Amino acid sequence: MSAITRRRLVRGAATLAGGAVGIGATASLARRLGWLAPDAGEWFGLGEALTYGSHRALMAMHSMAREFSRSDISKVVPVNGPAPETDDYQRLLADDFTPWRLTVNGLVSRPSTFSLADLKRLPSRSQITEQTCEEGWSFIAEWTGVPLALLLDLAGIQPGAKWVVFYPFDQWWDSVDIVEARHPQTLLAYALNQRDLPADHGAPLRVRVPRQLGYKSIKYLSRIEAVASLDHVRNGKGSQSPDEGYSWYAGI
Amino acid sequence: MNQYRPPLVLVTHWLTAVAVFALMISGVAILLAHPRLYWGETGTLGTPSLIDLPLPMVLTGQTGWGRSLHFLAAWVIVLSGVSYVAAGVPRRYFRWPDYNGLQRRTYAIVVFFLAPLAVWTGLAMSPAVESVMPSIVTLLGGHQSARTIHFVAASLITLFVAGHIVMIATSGFTARMRGMIVGSLDVARDRPLDSAQGRSAP
Repeated sequence: MSAITRRRLVRGAATLAGGAVGIGATASLARRLGWLAPDAGEWFGLGEALTYGSHRALMAMHSMAREFSRSDISKVVPVNGPAPETDDYQRLLADDFTPWRLTVNGLVSRPSTFSLADLKRLPSRSQITEQTCEEGWSFIAEWTGVPLALLLDLAGIQPGAKWVVFYPFDQWWDSVDIVEARHPQTLLAYALNQRDLPADHGAPLRVRVPRQLGYKSIKYLSRIEAVASLDHVRNGKGSQSPDEGYSWYAGI
Repeated sequence: MNQYRPPLVLVTHWLTAVAVFALMISGVAILLAHPRLYWGETGTLGTPSLIDLPLPMVLTGQTGWGRSLHFLAAWVIVLSGVSYVAAGVPRRYFRWPDYNGLQRRTYAIVVFFLAPLAVWTGLAMSPAVESVMPSIVTLLGGHQSARTIHFVAASLITLFVAGHIVMIATSGFTARMRGMIVGSLDVARDRPLDSAQGRSAP
């Protein structure tokens, strides 16, 4: 009995030590390959790291969110959170967003600004996708806009850019990795169900990231920044979400 | 001769126990943000529900830690479940010699049906996983159906856990705990569970 116990103890200790070394090596490899979520240092970091890492390591980078037909479009389009009440935003709203400009800067060769009319002249994409709220409800709608990848290429995004950060007119901000930013369904949407985006849904321009939960789809967009690292962007966690208790990665 | 449960069974059992507890707490935290269940692809306030749970709608941000804890626990339970089943099939853990027919059937349903169903329907709620394998959702009849089935599977697992704890408490709690902590099976043999009544009081 005691001999078995000792042998088990030694074997157990060796397994633990091997496991610890393995986890350390995996974490460093994951960071190098960009498979480590920016908020992996938080309380639930291990779970976030496993989920995001396995999604990026094991799943097809270019998998497409399901698209539906017009007859599937939901009659009820829920609103989550009202439009910003700041003077800046209210003035733009009153002026039909004519003075509004989207700034694209950071690690780009040609930092640019775009008016709403500029964006509408660019090649567009329409997609009927489901948006799922982290609370549990979901709806299907048609979104029209400019693929983010197109805009990043127009601005000459540099190879060193690994993350794209979204800054809106309200207090929230967020980011996606370059894989999600370059995904063909990641849109900067200016129309919802073939009409101009209503103020409550993020006018004049919002992000749509259909492979992630709704909270990744930042509304009231003002600026987009390409960066090599998120370490020095605001809280260093890639998003306001971790400060509010939500995970940065919302592919779930 | 003393018989012992394999250490892997003990370790995976307790990892699973902690994870199930965490999954229940966090599952309720997530559910409270929207305690309405739907059938089909979509569903929101203002559309007809399948079940309106008699629970308050709580929007205090508890879904943030709820989801993070839920997924951390899900990783623990999936990894220990896979280890248990992978190691158990060749070593015949699933003969469960000390249990009666009803118990064996119940354990088999939980291990081989309800737990995998909970994992499947859980994954089906992930928009990223869905984009890779759309059939994971369409086979269930839609995203909201997956959420509803997840709730039903989780409720049945909760019922099983409650029954499991009641049976342990009424069939010699200390001996049963010792059996699952140090792994000794001779205690279990002294107090067989497969009597006609299904249990024997200490």
